[in-house]
Amino acid sequence: MRCRRWAARPQPSREKVGSHEKRHTRCRFFFVWIAQVIVDILLQQVINGLVQGSVYALVALGYTMVYGILGLINFAHGEVVMIGAMIALTVLKALLAAAFAPVLAVLLSLLAAMAVCMALGYSIERIAYRPLRNAPRLAPLITAIGVSIVLQNLAMMIWGREYHSFPLPFNSVSHQFGGAIVNDVQIGIVVVALIIMLGLMWLVHRTRMGRAMRAVAENPSAAALMGVDINRVISVTFMLGSALAAIAGFMVSANYGIVHYYMGFMLGLKAFTAAVLGGIGNLRGAMLGGVLLGLIESLGAGYIGDLTGGFLGSNYQDVFAFFVLIAVLIFRPSGLLGEKLSERA
Amino acid sequence: MTQASDRLLELVNVGKHFGGVVALADVSLHIKQGEIYGLIGPNGAGKTTLFNVVTGLYQLDSGAFDFAGKRYTQCKPHLLAQAGIARTFQNIRLFANMSALENIMVGRHLRTHTGIWGALTRHAAARAEERDTVQRARELLDYVGIDRAHQTLAKHLSYGEQRRLEIARALATEPKLLALDEPAAGMNATETVALKALLQKIRASGITVLLIEHDVKLIMGLCDRVAVLDYGKKIAEGVPEEVRRDKAVIAAYLGGEVTETPRPQAGEGLG
Amino acid sequence: MRLNHFLTRHFVLAIALLALPFIIDALFGHGWVRITDFALLYIMLALGLNIVVGYAGLLDLGYIAFFAVGAYTYALVSSPQFGLHWPMWITLPLGALIACGFGVLLGAPTLKLRGDYLAIVTLGFGEIIRIFLNNLNAPVNITNGPQGISAIDPLQIGSFSFGNSYQWMGMRVDDVHLHYYLFLGFTLLVIFISRRLEDSRIGRAWVAIREDEVAASAMGINTRNIKLLAFAMGATFGGISGGLFAGFQGFVSPESFSLMESIMVLCMVVLGGMGNVGGVVLGGVILVALPELFRNAAGPVQQALLGKVVVDPESLRMLMFGLALILVMLWRPAGLWPSTQRRREFAADDSVLQQEQETVYDASK
Repeated sequence: MRCRRWAARPQPSREKVGSHEKRHTRCRFFFVWIAQVIVDILLQQVINGLVQGSVYALVALGYTMVYGILGLINFAHGEVVMIGAMIALTVLKALLAAAFAPVLAVLLSLLAAMAVCMALGYSIERIAYRPLRNAPRLAPLITAIGVSIVLQNLAMMIWGREYHSFPLPFNSVSHQFGGAIVNDVQIGIVVVALIIMLGLMWLVHRTRMGRAMRAVAENPSAAALMGVDINRVISVTFMLGSALAAIAGFMVSANYGIVHYYMGFMLGLKAFTAAVLGGIGNLRGAMLGGVLLGLIESLGAGYIGDLTGGFLGSNYQDVFAFFVLIAVLIFRPSGLLGEKLSERA
Repeated sequence: MTQASDRLLELVNVGKHFGGVVALADVSLHIKQGEIYGLIGPNGAGKTTLFNVVTGLYQLDSGAFDFAGKRYTQCKPHLLAQAGIARTFQNIRLFANMSALENIMVGRHLRTHTGIWGALTRHAAARAEERDTVQRARELLDYVGIDRAHQTLAKHLSYGEQRRLEIARALATEPKLLALDEPAAGMNATETVALKALLQKIRASGITVLLIEHDVKLIMGLCDRVAVLDYGKKIAEGVPEEVRRDKAVIAAYLGGEVTETPRPQAGEGLG
Repeated sequence: MRLNHFLTRHFVLAIALLALPFIIDALFGHGWVRITDFALLYIMLALGLNIVVGYAGLLDLGYIAFFAVGAYTYALVSSPQFGLHWPMWITLPLGALIACGFGVLLGAPTLKLRGDYLAIVTLGFGEIIRIFLNNLNAPVNITNGPQGISAIDPLQIGSFSFGNSYQWMGMRVDDVHLHYYLFLGFTLLVIFISRRLEDSRIGRAWVAIREDEVAASAMGINTRNIKLLAFAMGATFGGISGGLFAGFQGFVSPESFSLMESIMVLCMVVLGGMGNVGGVVLGGVILVALPELFRNAAGPVQQALLGKVVVDPESLRMLMFGLALILVMLWRPAGLWPSTQRRREFAADDSVLQQEQETVYDASK
């Protein structure tokens, strides 16, 4: 735009012509450079978004599975993620101090986090949700909030209010990818998340347990009549979701290098938003919603300043996510992929 | 010959589909002022869909319908209720945690006007309206024969009482057309007889009745005219005796084709 | 006549309410009168939310946003921020009006959404408002960002300021006492409005929508407008209490309006007893008092039992609060003091499930 306006200007004298041409080429260089920068930022934002989105997706799956089966917003799920991160941190530190091999230490700490979270998820359901299965709809929401408060403060008592740095026992090498930078941890997150999601789809669609889960989601009483042990299915669902939460907790900590007792709250909120965005109760929806939300956030944060002429800065990142959510729901009231019953798990 | 003016409701080539499933295909029929019109057909024939279309719960895909001299293609449920169509539901949908009386008072919503200001100040007009609402509600409870239950929560009423309460709630909207979706379902013989008497009483008071029913005895004894739907198409229409002898109807009910859905109740009566 | 009757019936209650701040002051100290004032603000909020959640059955997780709008409206036009010092009889209604506007703005496009979708949208809205308050200090400074707005004018009628102390008949009446009476007045007004609405054509329409939206619309209720009305009413109450909050506290900042606050107000409604004014008031009192009690107990009790403070009293107090929430709900799933309807119902509220199943069933016909 700018170049053309310069070019269209009437030229007052001969002498100026040369300088105009020079300026023209300089302009073109400048433009190419800007375009390059934009593409590089874009690529970088897409990578960041994918990484963050993979984590959202894993957490969102936990929300969506429970919602699909019980119709309940498991408000405490975000705190389960945080507990997973804390356990992983503690175990990892201890193992590294005991001079375990790095890979073994990482694996063991992840397993420990998963085990604790599964036990936690199981207990939460037994204590706070199961007794209220026939209660008014909002009662379990309040106990869920109670559990969330308890977990958060328990974590604050055990691990304190400070930010803990998450010790990575190996060097996360950064790679140049186009104009963007991506490191091993980020690649690991996306790959692991992908494998887990595929595994979950396999579990839900190909195994006996998965079939039972889908049956309960579709119609609990009919499933019970057909001999499905509903309580067991619900317990397994909670444990599965919590295991995913533990993995997600590990991933976030490894990615940012920081663990904090308050980290679960916003993460949980975003993941739940992602689940609703995709269509809550729908597994594929949760994955799509998670990745989309990650992308929207990071692209939004990268470009929101340009879009609004500098009026809104990147601190409006969260606003962006919620605006998109509201817009999507206004036009597609059951989320992007809807709540297809057959897809539920 | 019928004059167009005494047609209360007229469906003109109404079509409705769900994805690839055609629920209603080009259905045209009319209901005359003051008659009891029966709608029968095997399960899945599109009867309830037709109900949902004329009460605004579904938007039709093609065609239109005229009600009380006005043409509708798209309309909200509350506007159709305003225009004078009231309905009951196949699987009773009362306001479960409100008392019987309150259920009917909700039915009066449409014909009353007290707003926020009236509710807060309870000025003379608002009080009068509220008194009138209670009065009318009690009359209606009495009218359908469950006046002793006015303080009972709707969900604690017996099945037959719930059906009656739903009719009373619909009548509270002062309808021109009362559409009843299987009102006799689940009722025993005595209750059905009482229901029949109630419907005749309603008709005598000048309200046109549209009735979906499986109990063929009830239909035959009550309706002035009957239409038969099968696979979303109207296959017959006329006075009950005529329809009973109609070949297409017999074929539909006795299985001129293979279907998975059992059609027991209706089959007995028509065979 | 009716007023007289009312007064004689509630004479004891009236005396108790009038004397309450002095009794509390004498027994527990000044700090608790202040807490009582906040309790009244929260009760107002909870009663407003009760219209939305308890009557109309719309789950709103971002209710605190309307409180924030009311508070910031007051703060912006009655503080040195813009050098405006409007009187409270303009500011409070203005805040209520703007909050109401926001309620309609949010409600109009979203109220067709089903239960939990509405919940997440309102939650998002609440966060959006908070984030904007947090960041609207640049490029143009409107809200002063995270620092918030301070030196807000006290609530004032003419030359009478609720922020001062007065001597009356040898009795010292402090600002917390004055605010108590002011807030009590507003709370009683809100209770009055709630009860009148509950027992009216509009209130019945709200409950009908909560019970079965499809049936309600078939009975001629314009569900969208009536739901919007509930939303707007709730927002208005939120806006008023927000204005009172700003004037009382003299300072507002975005962190007073976090999601946790919305959740607390919701807890008051549900824990007390949804749809029942008495229950909601009880819920408000308990949820304000409980954390304060725990705050006073958490440290000293440890000291007495173990000889030293082992765990952080602040987190212990919140931990006990969370446990209390869980236990109370397990013990009384319909709330501590449910409305008569809910109490009789008690058991499954599965009408939503049924509704969905029927829709599927109908569609397949």
